Amino acid sequence: MGNSHDHKVGVEHGHDIHHAHAHDDHHEESFVSKYVFSMDHKTISRQFLVTAVIMAVIAMVMSVIFRMQLAWPGEKFAFINALLGDKWGKDGVLDPNMYLALVTIHGTIMVFFVLTGGLSGTFSNLLIPYQIGARDMASGFLNMLSYWFFFLSSTIMIGSLFIEDGPASAGWTIYPPLSALPESIPGSKLGMTLWLISMSLFIVSSLLGGLNYIVTIINLRTKGMKMTRMPLTIWAFLITAILGVLSFPVLLSCALLLIFDRSMGTSFYLSDIYIGGRAMDQVGGSPILFEHLFWFLGHPEVYIVLLPALGITSEIIATNSRKPIFGYRAMIGSMLAIGFLSFIVWGHHMYMTGMNPFLGSVFVFTTLLIAIPSAVKAFNYITTLWKGNIQHTPAMMFSIGLVSSFVTGGVTGIILADSTLDITVHDTYFVVAHFHIVMGLSAIFGMFAGVYHWFPKMFLRMMNKKLGYLHFWITFIGAYGVFFPMHFLGMSGVPRRYYTNSNFPLFDHLGDINELVSVFAIIAALGQIIFLINFFYSMFKGQKAPQNPWNSNTLEWTTPAAQHIHGNWPGALPEVHRWAYDYSKPGSDVDFIPQTVPLAADEHDGGGH
Amino acid sequence: MTLLYLLVFVLLCVALGYLFRVIELARGLKGGKEWVPTENDNRMMGRMFLVFMFVFIAWSLYQIYQYGYRSLPKSASEHGVKVDELMKYNMYIIWFVFIVTNFVLFYFAWKYYGRKDSKAVFFAHDNKLEMLWTVVPALVLAFIIIFGLKYWNEIMDRSNDPKAIKIELYSKQFDWTARYAGADNAFGMDDYMQIDGSNSMGLDTTDSKCYDDIIVKNEIHIPIGREISFQFRSRDVIHSAFMPHFRAQMNCVPGQVTKFKFKPTVTTEEMRKDPQVIRNMNEINAIRAKKGEDPFIFDYVVICNKICGASHYNMQMKIIVESEKDYKAWLAKQPAFKKDKIALKD
Repeated sequence: MGNSHDHKVGVEHGHDIHHAHAHDDHHEESFVSKYVFSMDHKTISRQFLVTAVIMAVIAMVMSVIFRMQLAWPGEKFAFINALLGDKWGKDGVLDPNMYLALVTIHGTIMVFFVLTGGLSGTFSNLLIPYQIGARDMASGFLNMLSYWFFFLSSTIMIGSLFIEDGPASAGWTIYPPLSALPESIPGSKLGMTLWLISMSLFIVSSLLGGLNYIVTIINLRTKGMKMTRMPLTIWAFLITAILGVLSFPVLLSCALLLIFDRSMGTSFYLSDIYIGGRAMDQVGGSPILFEHLFWFLGHPEVYIVLLPALGITSEIIATNSRKPIFGYRAMIGSMLAIGFLSFIVWGHHMYMTGMNPFLGSVFVFTTLLIAIPSAVKAFNYITTLWKGNIQHTPAMMFSIGLVSSFVTGGVTGIILADSTLDITVHDTYFVVAHFHIVMGLSAIFGMFAGVYHWFPKMFLRMMNKKLGYLHFWITFIGAYGVFFPMHFLGMSGVPRRYYTNSNFPLFDHLGDINELVSVFAIIAALGQIIFLINFFYSMFKGQKAPQNPWNSNTLEWTTPAAQHIHGNWPGALPEVHRWAYDYSKPGSDVDFIPQTVPLAADEHDGGGH
Repeated sequence: MTLLYLLVFVLLCVALGYLFRVIELARGLKGGKEWVPTENDNRMMGRMFLVFMFVFIAWSLYQIYQYGYRSLPKSASEHGVKVDELMKYNMYIIWFVFIVTNFVLFYFAWKYYGRKDSKAVFFAHDNKLEMLWTVVPALVLAFIIIFGLKYWNEIMDRSNDPKAIKIELYSKQFDWTARYAGADNAFGMDDYMQIDGSNSMGLDTTDSKCYDDIIVKNEIHIPIGREISFQFRSRDVIHSAFMPHFRAQMNCVPGQVTKFKFKPTVTTEEMRKDPQVIRNMNEINAIRAKKGEDPFIFDYVVICNKICGASHYNMQMKIIVESEKDYKAWLAKQPAFKKDKIALKD
């Protein structure tokens, strides 16, 4: 009976019919189709998450290694020798080329594999079908491919750590000619080839995922789920996916031209170069072209990383403040504005390239405009807390942490966006502090918030709250301890990507700041062990999750608590009657009204009275 | 270092021990809803946010006191004074926003922590408020943009001062070479195909303008009060000429020529007498004395600020600002690129 009903609903919403079959009780899935080559959005989401967690741990250990070098240059660490061997860590001292390699791969993994693949892959996959009331993604097959391309790409990136000349080491932005010329740095031999292959596969993964997210959100919303009733998470994922689809192909072409320059003797990015004792034939290219192409992706990429975290936070802050999100439409508007503006600001990474100063002026203007929608978002979050009844779950605390880091890192962007001021701080530690706080911390906090909040939907169990608290405080304090003092290094003129700051005496007295930063980094890194224990322990031994542990309004909490079912809802798809933010609505006995509850006769939707 | 290891290891053990105890405790609670924050939890975490806020803001301000004097000393160039002034006003704005916003955020996180019997206020939107925090940031940004662009246009003005001294900075892995335009105040052409042991900058030896060009390594001298018009080239990969004390920076891009100009206003000798520079020098020298290294005397530098390979961290050259007279005396001692050919040309 349920099946025939399903059928109808499925057809009504243009949904693939085969889902109905998945409910047949006698249909058994093999281990491989259920857990490995799964087409189920919930499984794919978990695959993305676990892969991202592993990648994040690797990138974090890398950061600890280079932070040890920066704080105690030349000191011998058995730890470094144990991890890197005699070639890269002779006597426990980090090799300068390996230092650059670690910085490069740390950045690449964090930006792409953790905060793009990991964040969007996990939460877009989990929440899009759940929160819009769909049985699954529009194309389960493409979704599966998306994960496996991501997996393959991760494997190649990690594999590149083990080759003879070491992994790519031209910085995560891989500016040619450094990345194009194997003579210039060992990392630009096979390591860079692998980096480019890995990233190309990553882009394929990201595009398959992104197209799927967009199509699903547009076509598979359940009855009553108007665009203006969608939770802000879904809006954020939609805008993120659009940004990705529009910008990642540009990175692919950017990488492709670099591959040509590296292996086919073309000169898109090369000109007038003399290296390794010979003058190269290539003339007429421009490395600046690469920078334009790279940052045309690179800047939207910042928001590809940030918007999902902001979406997650919007949802969690509203739920746990027991209040509607303040200014729902303004939030959507500001995300759209940020998304649009993110495509016309890339030049602010290039003020010092010799680019025409007038062009620089234009980018100053567009870049500083982004501060306006960002300010609106920050103030709206804060107003949502005002007169709330705040439930301090670990997810909520990470969300509050996100708002703090978003503001703290955001304001220094005003300095960097201003080309005049950028002259002094461009490429210094001021930049490192800025983007780690505003993008790194905010997105990671958003990701943690999402994991704590939706763990019950992913693994049907609850994470431990007390461990969550402990993890939050160590991470939060550690993170600010790492990145706040870096501003002062930058103001002292210390360039980034220096293997040591004590090779000439000018920065000798800044050693104590570097030590402070590194100590906080080590503490924060150790704090993540708490998270890992909580994560894996709760996965198997956590308390069983109830249906709606956070008393939330959105549709995912109407799915069964005890098991994952293919198709998400056992019976008919839920019908939506209201927006997602009716928390503490006057006239209601309970402080939440799920989206599936019909509007009363005299009730207005969307927060109107 | 073994000490550090030991410390890390002990911390790890303590953390792990604590963790497992907490897990066991939590297990004991099973049956209850461990995940729901109780009123106690809410109060406790709210208070911690409040304490964190005060400590965080106090610590961030303390760092200005603790590290502030280590930031770059007063600008040694004319335009740099304006850059610093603009920086100062922008810093006032962002410190204000940073403190107020974080204060309000954490204050609310404490003030409105969840109580059992309390109910949140249903407050979905307010056009006036939203207008307020759209318009106010927009106005502040308008000022930031207008002043930023005004100075930017002045600094990047490309009209040439005919009296400017022309210097080319040439970068390669991993050092700097400088070229002065010589008696004719014009650079000879360059041709990278001609690079060899005796022509490391790849000057075009068929262009007679380059014969009187003066090539120097290790340090460059510039006179106070004269506009210095720099041009930058690179032999191999992208480098960046960062002259922090002059608030000057420009990438050196293979295949093209980039430019930056400034007017030095403080000689090296004068800068060495600056109280902030002295304080930092003393601090550096105390550290160096402990390590048994030579004492450090302040000098202006150009350092590389774009990742360029293994020795990126040690690509630097001294800049000496002195009187016009001293500068001329120094320059006169530097040999021209092709002395013998200058005679031929004449």
